[in-house]
Amino acid sequence: MKTNSRIEKILSSGGFVVTAECGPPRGADAEVIRKKGEILRGFVDGINVTDNQTSVVRMSSLSACVILKNMGLEPILQMVCRDRNRIALQSDILGAAALGINNILCLSGDHQKFGDHPQGKNVYDIDSIQLIQTVKRMRDEGKFIGGEEIKGKPMLFIGAAENPFADPFEIRAARLAKKVAAGCEFIQTQCIYNIDRFARWMEMVRERGLHERCAILAGVTPFKSVGMARYMKNNVPGMDVPDEMIERMKNTPKEKQAEEGIKICVETIEKLKEIPGVRGIHLMAIEWEEKVPEIVKQANLWPRPEV
Amino acid sequence: MRLSYPTNVKVVRVPCTGRVDIPLILRAFESGVDGVYLAGCLEGECHFLKGNLRARRRVEYVKTLLDEVGLGKERIEMFNMSASQGQRFAEVAREMTERIRALGPSPVKTRREGGGEN
Amino acid sequence: MIVGNRKDFPEIIEMIGKNRRILLLGCNECVTVCGVGGQKEVETLASELRIFWKKEGEEREIREHTLERQCDYEYIDQIRGFVDDYDIILSMACGAGVQYVAEVYKHKPVFPAVNTTFLGVTLEQGVWAERCQGCGTCIIHLTAGICPIARCAKSLMNGPCGGSSGGKCEVDKETDCAWQLIVDRLKEWGQLERYETIIPIKDWRTSRDGGPRKRIREDLRL
Repeated sequence: MKTNSRIEKILSSGGFVVTAECGPPRGADAEVIRKKGEILRGFVDGINVTDNQTSVVRMSSLSACVILKNMGLEPILQMVCRDRNRIALQSDILGAAALGINNILCLSGDHQKFGDHPQGKNVYDIDSIQLIQTVKRMRDEGKFIGGEEIKGKPMLFIGAAENPFADPFEIRAARLAKKVAAGCEFIQTQCIYNIDRFARWMEMVRERGLHERCAILAGVTPFKSVGMARYMKNNVPGMDVPDEMIERMKNTPKEKQAEEGIKICVETIEKLKEIPGVRGIHLMAIEWEEKVPEIVKQANLWPRPEV
Repeated sequence: MRLSYPTNVKVVRVPCTGRVDIPLILRAFESGVDGVYLAGCLEGECHFLKGNLRARRRVEYVKTLLDEVGLGKERIEMFNMSASQGQRFAEVAREMTERIRALGPSPVKTRREGGGEN
Repeated sequence: MIVGNRKDFPEIIEMIGKNRRILLLGCNECVTVCGVGGQKEVETLASELRIFWKKEGEEREIREHTLERQCDYEYIDQIRGFVDDYDIILSMACGAGVQYVAEVYKHKPVFPAVNTTFLGVTLEQGVWAERCQGCGTCIIHLTAGICPIARCAKSLMNGPCGGSSGGKCEVDKETDCAWQLIVDRLKEWGQLERYETIIPIKDWRTSRDGGPRKRIREDLRL
């Protein structure tokens, strides 16, 4: 055990982890976070707080994490490389640890052109893999990037994201290997609908023994409607939604589609649990957090273990 | 063929429309002409292979410049015809003349004292 | 070469303001190659300006002159004899050239007619693309000859990011994903395992971040 992370504790004892996502508000209202956190209490082991996702300015991940922490919940700090240079990143890492945050997810960050401030400069002083290396070095060696000693090491459990279906295809496993070599301890994947294809990726991952050094948490997202399913299939790059799933949603009467979407999600989770090397799931019920408890229960993942 | 075409059309002969470059066209407008058109060979039949294709692209570009300076992109056009298409030549001359007449004289000309033919 | 785009016509008109005698200065090098500020473009802009002012009923004087380069004093000096006959100099050179002309003729307002954009190459006649950011520490020997700083929208040293799709960058469907290109080339060479080497954190001191740069060769100084 390297940190006080609840996720690390569950993984160390061989357990199956459940994490979910929480998007901070476009304003300073802490109540928004508290409400979301309260919905998820007891149903997840960790809550990701996004970091100005899609380059849209929101309450900072760090501050929202602290709000959740103060509620007795387990936040996962997301940190992108787009907005901060190495000085600010290391500074926030120290701050997060000081505020009792135990988990960090290291990401590149969507280009600012997608957000509400496309005129801004982008930073990208270091990239996500170098950020993983940085956190690891700060925690395990007690050194800053520049080599100077840290007095009071930040004990953070290190994670990253990976998309098994993204381009270029030939380096999908190599890319994960790079992150693991850099020090990544858990991965949350992009949402999965094509189980077979994901299983093939997991095979490549297992071949390299990566699943033993890094916990793979499979991402899932429930469809609210057939429209959403179609959108995910056609408009989101790197998303693989099998036609059978679209058909299934289409053939369901409109007022029952949300229910069907949840059913598909639960079935997906059940299948993912069977794949060796999958150590947990990451539930991304975007703007539908109220369904997380239901999904976790139906997937037989409730109650969460005591640690 | 002895077909008639409007007398206000001044023909400037070039070995290929590809010889016409942007400064040349602009100088014509500078001197006060109301409109310019290029009559080039049918596409695919340029004796110099691509001259008429280059000319078309240049005409498209000059349209943007004419809009910039406030003369309007309608005052220039590219037409394609073969040397034997006398009828087409006359037809184009009439068409362009009508277009320019509707647009009115070039504001460059009307602003100059003692304007008129140069 | 250095590449740029001509400024919008209204912006140029505003820059010139009420000045009546303009020296329009082109450059025979980079801006000629990328068709933005060479002799032809000087002729074109001068014509446009004259047409515009004639329309307004104004008489203004524009002199067209193209120098070999505007980044070397010797060439800029060539206009010393007549520079004072003009109120302003409008330069079509890159940002370096415009500034140098301004430095040499400190007493003369010098305006840029061109927005300098990038260091690039000619892909085909009429198409130029960015290749170099002048970061000062070239690493393309590590990335199969393709620069991730200049060609990746996020300058990732260990890309690609999750936004790479169909070999294109998330920022623009027409832009190649630099890391897809790098992976493709490594694959062609049968060296895909090199992809797994983590490229270390960059020292940005040699780039613009470290401050304005200078190069000196003592042995070349007179």
